[in-house]
Amino acid sequence: MKFTDIILQTTTKVLVFIILTYSVYILFAGHHNPGGGFIGGLITASSLVLLYMAFDVQTVRKIVPFDFKRVGAIGVIIALLTGTSALLFGAPFLFQTFSYVDLPVFGTRELATAVLFDLGVYFAVIGTAITIILSISEDR
Amino acid sequence: MSLLHFMILTPFVFAVFVPLFRTYMRNIHTGWFVLAVPLILFSYFASHLSTNLGFAPVTYSIPWIEKLDIHFTVYLDGLSLLLSLIITAIGALVIFYSIYYMSKERESLHNFYIYLLMFMGAMLGVVLSDNLMVLYLFWELTSVASFLLIAYWFQRQKPRYGAQKSMLITITGGFFMLLGFLLVYAMTGTFSLREIIADTSLITEHALFVPAMLLILFGAFTKSAQFPFHIWLPDAMEAPTPISAYLHSATMVKAGVYLVARFTPVFGGTTEWFWIIASFGIVTLFWGSFMAIRQSDLKALLAYSTISQLGLIMSLLGIGSMALHPDQAANSMLLAGATLAAVFHLFNHSMFKGCLFMVIGILDHETGTRDIRRLGGLMSLMPVSFTLTVIGGLSMAGLPPFSGFLSKEMFFTGVLSAYRSMDGWVVLVPVLAWVASILTFVYSMILIFRTFTGPFKQEQLDKTPHEAPFGMLLSPLILASIVVITFFFPNLLSYTILEPAMHAILPSLLQGEEVFTVKIKPWHGWNTELFMTLGVVAIGALLYIYRRYWSGIYEWLTPKFSLNHLYDRGLVGMENMSARITRLHMTGYLRDYLAYVFAFLIFVVGGSLIMQNALRLDISSGAVISIYEYVLGISIAGTALFVVFSNSRLISIITVGAIGYIVSLFFVIFRAPDLALTQLVVETMTTAIFLLCFYFLPKLKKEITRIRFRLSNFIISLGVGVTLTLIGLSVQNYRLFEPISSYFEESYTLAGAKNMVNAILVDFRAFDTMLEIVVLFIAGAGVFTLIKLRQSRRNAE
Repeated sequence: MKFTDIILQTTTKVLVFIILTYSVYILFAGHHNPGGGFIGGLITASSLVLLYMAFDVQTVRKIVPFDFKRVGAIGVIIALLTGTSALLFGAPFLFQTFSYVDLPVFGTRELATAVLFDLGVYFAVIGTAITIILSISEDR
Repeated sequence: MSLLHFMILTPFVFAVFVPLFRTYMRNIHTGWFVLAVPLILFSYFASHLSTNLGFAPVTYSIPWIEKLDIHFTVYLDGLSLLLSLIITAIGALVIFYSIYYMSKERESLHNFYIYLLMFMGAMLGVVLSDNLMVLYLFWELTSVASFLLIAYWFQRQKPRYGAQKSMLITITGGFFMLLGFLLVYAMTGTFSLREIIADTSLITEHALFVPAMLLILFGAFTKSAQFPFHIWLPDAMEAPTPISAYLHSATMVKAGVYLVARFTPVFGGTTEWFWIIASFGIVTLFWGSFMAIRQSDLKALLAYSTISQLGLIMSLLGIGSMALHPDQAANSMLLAGATLAAVFHLFNHSMFKGCLFMVIGILDHETGTRDIRRLGGLMSLMPVSFTLTVIGGLSMAGLPPFSGFLSKEMFFTGVLSAYRSMDGWVVLVPVLAWVASILTFVYSMILIFRTFTGPFKQEQLDKTPHEAPFGMLLSPLILASIVVITFFFPNLLSYTILEPAMHAILPSLLQGEEVFTVKIKPWHGWNTELFMTLGVVAIGALLYIYRRYWSGIYEWLTPKFSLNHLYDRGLVGMENMSARITRLHMTGYLRDYLAYVFAFLIFVVGGSLIMQNALRLDISSGAVISIYEYVLGISIAGTALFVVFSNSRLISIITVGAIGYIVSLFFVIFRAPDLALTQLVVETMTTAIFLLCFYFLPKLKKEITRIRFRLSNFIISLGVGVTLTLIGLSVQNYRLFEPISSYFEESYTLAGAKNMVNAILVDFRAFDTMLEIVVLFIAGAGVFTLIKLRQSRRNAE
């Protein structure tokens, strides 16, 4: 699919950054506010879809040179590893924990292993969504 | 996580790194790296030999699925130690042997060693698990590993056939065994073997006793290739010879024997247990030895011999279990001797059969054939192999000065003690055992003399035979020397292995600090057993020399009535039937499949709603419906109607998307921003995917539709709508259980999360989420593969 729409392209260039930043915020805010890995991943994926729609697949591949099958696999592996690493501490599989730490600038912050797991979900969702969309759109 | 747990998991972890060795260190045979694993494991298990395992078994536990009483509990006592030692020791020798046997240039070694390590870990898991569910998991994993190893040369047709056969038979047995385990759980309320053994009275007086016993034995018999399930073992010989030596003679087939021994304290001491095991064992012993004589392929001969020897061990375990019978209290120590013989023969069999398989592998490797009719006169060309075959073969035949003689005499003592302490049909046991021993003698002689003596036929061989390299001979040499040493110093094993193992099988025979005292003597006077052995040698030698006069009886066995034929016919029949059923309902039209799914939903869900009289339509307790909700509800209904009556596919897709957006507004009203956000993004993405697919779909035709077709669709859609609405309305009026949401309200204290939805997803129910993303990823990979396949096929055309 190749068509040039100047308005769409220009808007996309700005919008994608906003959406991407928002998706990262959503990912990390998920522990206390609406959001999380699944929705964050979907938002990132939708911003990429916007890119694909505004430009063509080849151009975007140059800008975002990731193999999205790998991104998905990495996500699944991160989720699995956070699950298994609990075993090393004698806790059951997928046991999550959290604690509070004092950081110099940000004050007392919470660190939770669940966020790591969420990161895995995030990558898995991006990888899968984009893989499906790219495969279907490349089919001729 | 204890060291013992770690030992079970080591092979699996190491297997991950095997491909790296294969890729980055191609010049060194991968086997050298893998060899480290069984060596470490062996030294770990050997270090436990000194402890008095009979009284202080080692136990460690990791909670796994606590709600279901499934824990990864490991338990090391005499019996599991014996098998762990065999698994790791033979494993090390087989891997060493395979370094010389498997060519590093031609074979895909990483697959070979990954499967082998997977098998080793699974087998250790079987013998060390205390929890029945974990044991079952490892049990099936050994079947899977065996399947992969048999089908190692999957390019050929016969290994594939053999792998499928072994998989079908052993895994079917495994399923029945799982049912048996569940029955045991129903009786005792625990999956822990130790707890079950500690309180067997719960089982012996229960109505489910016999079904549970039969189901578990079914699993054990299929795995240990007992008659009539033995047919998979000869076909499993299509695996590379190191595998035959390891899995199909020394270890995996012993899993069934192990299971029977392990359950002896639970089910043993009853006449049902004795009769089933002893009779299956004796019949297998006889049939295996009878069929072994007929084989012309050396590996097939050894396969049938393994079947027969497994039958021998099984029958001994059956006889030994009678020691626990209340009526046999006077003879209990006499009968316990049979258990000792079983344990001792299990050890001996692993040694001499492992040795023999490796030598057969050498013959195959150096002459290019295993066909006994083409071999002969190799004695002077391959003197070391000949010596090893003589040691292994005579031990198998039960002759001194080899360890097989000792356990064979104990076997005779065992069957005689059964005959002496019981009456009735038991008299058949020693008779059949004796006849089978004669046949065993005959096939051992065939193995030794027809291969190595007689005329040498170079013109029938593909290669010029010569003695194997030292590395290949070392492993069988070690095994053969163990066979000889065990004969002269059998009591080296008594305190360290045999007594603790007996203690594990027959725990209730002893009180307090008592121990079994095992004294094995090569010379035990001129008694019945010795005369039986002399008879075996005399008649066996005559039968061997004059075999061409009586081998005609094998002609009577027509292949049409054999079990193999039955298996093949059954397989074909099953395939035809399933193909017919599939053709009936797989029409290739998506709308048909949707109709099945929805009709099923209406029947099952709607039907059970009516049958259970569960419809409660009472809207008095419902919340007040606000004006916004009315508006949204009506607009959803209107949009849905629009989908039904639109003629353009593009409009349908966009309208379905619109319904999704309206639903997300519902979430906004009900103050669920997470869901609203998710719904919005998901709806956007699916509409985008839909539109992409739409690009390739054929134009929506005005379908020529019969009135019946429309009507059935109408009924189904109406039914689904009505059913779901009724469920939604009825649910409102049920307060049967405590709502689980109160637990999730604790999310801040339990998970440190202010967002409850997220806490549920990544913490409370993280297992669900993990599997969901795995499913999602697999679905993505599936879409990718399907489309790439289509493209590559189109490019090929």
